[in-house]
Amino acid sequence: MPAPIIKIDAISKSFGTFKVLDGLSMQVMPGEKLALIGPSGSGKTTILRILMTLEKIDGGHIQVDGEQLYHMERNGQLLPADERHLARMRQKIGMVFQLFNLFPHKCVMDNVTLAPMLTKGVARAAAEKRAMELLDMVGLADKAKAMPAQLSGGQKQRVAIARALALSPKIMLFDEVTSALDPELVEEVLNVMRKLAAETDMTMLLVTHEMGFAHDFADRVLFFDRGRIVEEGKPDEIFRHPKQERTQSFLKKIIAAGHRV
Amino acid sequence: MDWDWDFVWQIMPTLIQGVKITILATILGSILAAIVGLGIALGRRSENPLVSRSISWFAEFIRGTPLLVQLYFIFYVLPDIGILLPPLVAGVIGLGLHYGTYTAEVYRAGIDNVPRGQWEAAKACNLNGRHTWTHIILPQAIPPMIPALANYFIAMFKETPLLSAITVLELMNQAKSVANTYYRYIEPMTLVGAFFLVISLCSVVLLRWLEHRYGRIER
Repeated sequence: MPAPIIKIDAISKSFGTFKVLDGLSMQVMPGEKLALIGPSGSGKTTILRILMTLEKIDGGHIQVDGEQLYHMERNGQLLPADERHLARMRQKIGMVFQLFNLFPHKCVMDNVTLAPMLTKGVARAAAEKRAMELLDMVGLADKAKAMPAQLSGGQKQRVAIARALALSPKIMLFDEVTSALDPELVEEVLNVMRKLAAETDMTMLLVTHEMGFAHDFADRVLFFDRGRIVEEGKPDEIFRHPKQERTQSFLKKIIAAGHRV
Repeated sequence: MDWDWDFVWQIMPTLIQGVKITILATILGSILAAIVGLGIALGRRSENPLVSRSISWFAEFIRGTPLLVQLYFIFYVLPDIGILLPPLVAGVIGLGLHYGTYTAEVYRAGIDNVPRGQWEAAKACNLNGRHTWTHIILPQAIPPMIPALANYFIAMFKETPLLSAITVLELMNQAKSVANTYYRYIEPMTLVGAFFLVISLCSVVLLRWLEHRYGRIER
């Protein structure tokens, strides 16, 4: 059995007096597609944000791709990571946000090429060639010169996916990437993610309220509540035969709210 | 009290010399204020509390004292510790520092208005601090604040007569000197007012255009 690509060991995180994560441990295998579901405030988005280093942890350890994320080993000792270490670790991880967060002052092409050119020193011509391949993959090759404000939500999100892929991360984090979209635009984003899952062996973690998509897409589903993993298993086990009462009542509410499972 | 057109034409070349210096002082002062303001705004955000505190304190100190007093200090007191500045340089430094503390507030608001998601996207793209500022944050923060900055520069322009107190030969000083030479005040002072009015009105037109051009950003 290969080693896990993400190993989270007893991490805790509080916002003020609110304990979001309390001694959480979990592992993700290379290439695994993992869906994190649960009520809002259950800590699932916080896990993605911690992995992207957008939030610091209060305690515990995280290993990504065989290296400590928030610590550095120096002479056999674990020290808090400095910015250089974090920057190196961030290369392994890409993230797509609920609100897209495209750079509004840059055209689609520049959104995708900016990071490779600045962080990896890729020449413009090479960066643009790669960007065109990625934009083609997300079906937006004809929008390379468009500004973000000229795009629909679904198109923005597909550009955001291309932008994250441009840095060739080993792990992709998707944080409720369809929650801000009009219903008719959701499918075009999900299709890109299906394609990505089929064509690459990237490890993908997604936080989602699209239970139907989570069911079809994920290798494993984790149900979170109050900062803990209440139940985990194959999609069929979680969605068709949930064992825990919390999971059952959550899924019932989601179905009642009109989501397809 | 009678208006003498011949006298007007006689003093006009001198006054135009003054206008040139006034405009030069305003432009240089504005450039310095824009740079100082950015420096103060960034310094206040420093994670080092010693830096952010002392910058804040410095800015409050400058803003809490009159520009005229500051000009006197720069021009007449600094020479006591060996810093001897030409009048125009001293004036530009005074204007730039003083207005820099105001433009710093404009920068602060502009920077705060950039959504948090932009910082997070920059981090997710693994941009370092410098690249995040130069490629993501400032290009979005600065255009919407250009009208507010221009407003301060117009206000600064109208304060340049203070430079006459430190012997800068700007418009007001030139007008005073011709008035004192010929004992006629009505023409020089009226012309000073007229020059300022005309340039201010032109600036307002420019300001409206800037507001139209940069006032809002599309997301």
